[in-house]
Amino acid sequence: MVVDGVFKAYESGGRKVHALDRIDLTVRDKEFVALLGPSGCGKSTLLRIIGGLIAPSAGRVLVGGAEVKRPGPDRGMVFQSYTLFPWLTVRQNIEFGPKEKGISPSDRSDISSRYIEIVGLKGFEDSFPKALSGGMKQRVAIARALANDPSVLLLDEPFGALDTQTRSLMQELLLDVWEQSHKTILFVTHDVDEAIFMADRVVVMSARPGRIKKVIEVGLPRSRDYQVRTELAFLEYKRIAVDLIREETIKTMSLGAASGEA
Amino acid sequence: MEDPVQVRTSPERRRGLELIPRAPISTRLYMALGVASFAFILAVWSLLTYTGMLDPLFLPTPTKVAAAAFNLLAYHGYLNDVIVTVFRVFAGFFLAVLIGVPLGILVGTYKPIEAMVEPVMAFVRYMPASAFLPLFIIWIGINEPEKVAVIFFGSFFQLVLMVATSTSSVPQELVEVSYTLGTSPSRVLWRVLLPGAWPAIVDNLRIILGWAWTYVIVAELIGASSGMGFMIIESQRMLRTWNIIAGIVSIGILGLVADYGFKWSRSALFPWAD
Ligand SMILES: Nc1ncnc2c1ncn2[C@@H]1O[C@H](COP(=O)(O)OP(=O)(O)O)[C@@H](O)[C@H]1O
Ligand SMILES: [Mg+2]
Repeated sequence: MVVDGVFKAYESGGRKVHALDRIDLTVRDKEFVALLGPSGCGKSTLLRIIGGLIAPSAGRVLVGGAEVKRPGPDRGMVFQSYTLFPWLTVRQNIEFGPKEKGISPSDRSDISSRYIEIVGLKGFEDSFPKALSGGMKQRVAIARALANDPSVLLLDEPFGALDTQTRSLMQELLLDVWEQSHKTILFVTHDVDEAIFMADRVVVMSARPGRIKKVIEVGLPRSRDYQVRTELAFLEYKRIAVDLIREETIKTMSLGAASGEA
Repeated sequence: MEDPVQVRTSPERRRGLELIPRAPISTRLYMALGVASFAFILAVWSLLTYTGMLDPLFLPTPTKVAAAAFNLLAYHGYLNDVIVTVFRVFAGFFLAVLIGVPLGILVGTYKPIEAMVEPVMAFVRYMPASAFLPLFIIWIGINEPEKVAVIFFGSFFQLVLMVATSTSSVPQELVEVSYTLGTSPSRVLWRVLLPGAWPAIVDNLRIILGWAWTYVIVAELIGASSGMGFMIIESQRMLRTWNIIAGIVSIGILGLVADYGFKWSRSALFPWAD
């Protein structure tokens, strides 16, 4: 996946918001990349451009060699807000993509059973989303994206609304899923710990307009479990990333104050 | 040492009449309170009438009204009036739904259609259907189509706007997620917008049916020879207050039944909705 000179400015109410400034990024096949940056730096914007939900003002994105023009099933997305279809059961939500592809009911049911097993939701196949906890909803959302067998999985702060305990379990679960399925993953977060724990590379972004400030290669061995977080090497990576993010967050805040925002 | 913190919302303290915003209550208490408020109205009514505080011609006693209702049903063919009125309501409502729901869905889905249709609807809905009644009588005459036209006119425009809002209120994130799962723009209406909007649309129908009931009575008060509204206006001419009240109460009962029918079918059809 290649992001090539992507630039984005929003026009809202006559005011121009310069969200992204010439982003160049290459994500290798089956790589796990975290996009880390202070809130408002354009992480979601970049992810939505890659997903094809919005168009860049300049530049382009290539996935599997083809230029992204619109959203498509080759790029699965998971959002921070809960986006399960409330009128569908867990199983039907997961089968949504395969159904759009015209896969036969019996094959669909094999696919959904497999992913229900992987994300540990056996027994909840026929529940509606309103009966699920936040963590369970996000597990279904991940399963739903994977059931479509995309080449890239794009996640926008998927665990941002979860409590700390659930969150760290979900991170391990996603790593498990990634190791089993070996998809290319681009994971947006503003949580330094989360980024280093999960990613092969952490792409640190600058305050608005978003630029790539630094790329940290995380050399921690796989498979990682929660104990990695207390190792010296982890803490060293964390120190580097925290320094970078702090610098940018301070910039964001003073920028906000200058332009009259909160 | 500090005092232990008292949690006021703990279940054992929720007895009695402590009012906690939005706190749920038991079904039994819910029903009991509902019955109690009806009983209260009946008690006030009884107090005002049986004691002779009010002239019976002004407000008759509950027994007098009950007797009048029986009398109407048994000897004056009131059931026929009820059937005629119900038929008119359903004819007008059905027509409004048949055209209004699809149109509202299109308005809520496609911006060009919204641009074409919505301003006209918003304009017309402020013209009261009851004021159009004299015009309809001139255009159509005093007959069934005229009654149905009043009901249609009174509910259609409102319905289109409400259904449009219900459709456009389906979260955009669900639309986006469906695109990332391979749904094409031409299928998103069927796969996302419609399933997401149905419960709200059923709520719209419930509210609009209430409006249709109001308009049928208005239509029957002027230039009708049958129906519940006609009975009411006839009774006024003869100063039969008890019949008027029996008529009004029977309209209320039918409305209540329809309302509960909609509520029940909503939860039966859409168990996933809140
Ligand atoms: N649709 C939009 N219209 C106008 N400005 C927007 C829009 N979406 C995002 N922005 C602005 O672009 C900047 C980047 O937003 P976003 O990509 O959501 O950041 P992040 O996900 O890193 O928090 C923010 O300043 C935000 O206010
Ligand atoms: Mg964001």
